[in-house]
Amino acid sequence: MPYTEAELIPLSALQHLLFCPRQAALIHVEQLWAENRLTVEGMHLHRRAHEATDELRGDTRIVRGLALRSLAHGLVGMADIVEFTPNDETRATTLRTTPLRGLFQAVKAEPAAWQVTPVEYKRGKPKSDESDRVQLCAQTLCLEEMLMVKIAEGSLFYGKRKRRTRVLFDAELRATTVAAAERFHQLFSSGVTPPAVYSAKCDNCSLISLCLPKIAGRGLAQQFLNRQFSLALSMEAPRSDPDDHEESA
Amino acid sequence: MKQHLNTLFVTTEGTYLAKDGMAVAVRMEKKTRLRIPLHNLDGIVCFGRVGVSPSLMAICGESGVTISMTDAHGRFRAAIIGYSPGNVLLRRTQYRVADDPSKSCEIARIMVAAKLANCRAVLLRAARDSRVESRRSTLTTAARRLVTNLEAARACDSLERLRGIEGEGASTYFEAFSAMVNVPEDAFQFTSRSRRPPLDPLNALLSFLYALLAHDARSACEAAGLDAAVGFLHRDRPGRPGLALDLMEEFRPFLADRLALSLINRRQISASGFTTSPTGAVNMNDATRKTLLKAYQVRKQKTMLHPFLQEKTSVGIMIHLQARLLARHLRGDVDAYPAFVWR
Ligand code: SF4
Repeated sequence: MPYTEAELIPLSALQHLLFCPRQAALIHVEQLWAENRLTVEGMHLHRRAHEATDELRGDTRIVRGLALRSLAHGLVGMADIVEFTPNDETRATTLRTTPLRGLFQAVKAEPAAWQVTPVEYKRGKPKSDESDRVQLCAQTLCLEEMLMVKIAEGSLFYGKRKRRTRVLFDAELRATTVAAAERFHQLFSSGVTPPAVYSAKCDNCSLISLCLPKIAGRGLAQQFLNRQFSLALSMEAPRSDPDDHEESA
Repeated sequence: MKQHLNTLFVTTEGTYLAKDGMAVAVRMEKKTRLRIPLHNLDGIVCFGRVGVSPSLMAICGESGVTISMTDAHGRFRAAIIGYSPGNVLLRRTQYRVADDPSKSCEIARIMVAAKLANCRAVLLRAARDSRVESRRSTLTTAARRLVTNLEAARACDSLERLRGIEGEGASTYFEAFSAMVNVPEDAFQFTSRSRRPPLDPLNALLSFLYALLAHDARSACEAAGLDAAVGFLHRDRPGRPGLALDLMEEFRPFLADRLALSLINRRQISASGFTTSPTGAVNMNDATRKTLLKAYQVRKQKTMLHPFLQEKTSVGIMIHLQARLLARHLRGDVDAYPAFVWR
């Protein structure tokens, strides 16, 4: 059953979900957000990618910042870059002379005559997980639905490497992406934030100071309080005192 | 989340704050006297007649900088806080708990117990530092009586009784307060808490510090996605930030009271820095207010170890961390609210 507009979830949520379901819930369900150096850099890169419009380079129309959505999968977002390349000379003329809107119509009318390729910019280097590929694939699902095309491959451009990595949208990647979207919809409608499980990736997580993974989900607070109060009751005077040293934060 | 906690205090009446790019321009007599980048700021507190441009309000709202407007004595009048779309689920939970007396009491009794423990710590610390035997015994006697209150608070399962225990503890504490003042000046002798208006310099100091602390507690609640108006210990009253007041309790003795005492005992503030109005209300003069604001900022920058999180942090951030821990407890991540107990 298709989703309604109100139910659409941002494409980036899938990446959050694959990185850590709790992170996805903290950001999208609880709407907490912490900026750190990495997210800020990412925003800059994206702003540059999204500010530009379309441009012609040889026989390819490069469209930047295209708004995307899929009602079938309940997704909404934006593509950094989508490249349109015609399969023959007549279409090449259409490509050069038609305004963007007309171009989309031409693609819809004859999907087989065009090659549509999404390209996503990522800071840093390829991740070990498949979240970047899933995000690109999710963009592809949107593009396919909007333009009624079939897209076989796209690419990821990593800031550190400065070159493109091909991504094939095979059945497996598509299934992973669709499943992630479904999982996210479930998480979102449940409103329940999964418990934290502290692991190495937490140290790179921009939400660590809001998530508090080391303490969350463990029945420690009551014990802690009991100990604090009994120590406080047995002390002669507090030991720690910020007035004792002139160190400042 | 901002980690620097710099607050811009604007104490000169007639000042106008405007947006200048991504910075605040502080204008006096139509001249820009100061320019502070917004990313360095956590909050702006305007005392008395201070103007703020609409575009500055907008950008502060967007970048998470709270603007508080208070009267000349630091009493809260209004705040400008950005739209926080988030956390409707957290807020609903907060309201549900606030509506449930027994759940509210579970949180409130921890807050009261922590406050009493921290009052006791302030007394004990002063007793240790005091060279006058009679004062020492006043302080240790009061500290001993607080143990009874504290234990009663921890076992208490009625909000009504808890508020009574809290009141008893507070009077025990404030009755001994004068014994912590080590200067001979009569002006700093303290009989009881008077707030509206403060009737002596020490009360004026405490009221002002509590107002600053309330501003910080309010920002911390908002930043953690909580509704600062709906408390567990403090009953709802229009215009009163119940939850911010709840959150303040554990910090009052440690952050505000100790600061007031050390400013007096180190003679950084003296009786001549106060004026008495014909109605008996005591006010600080500008120089005293500035000394106080500066000392408060400095105290917030001091580092310490967060006892529960076991992380080094600043005193100012501590308030934010407690607000987050409270939010995490409400969301079911932590089994109890781990209040800050000074040891
Ligand atoms: S800190 Fe760890 S558990 Fe928490 S959201 Fe980040 S990755 Fe997930």
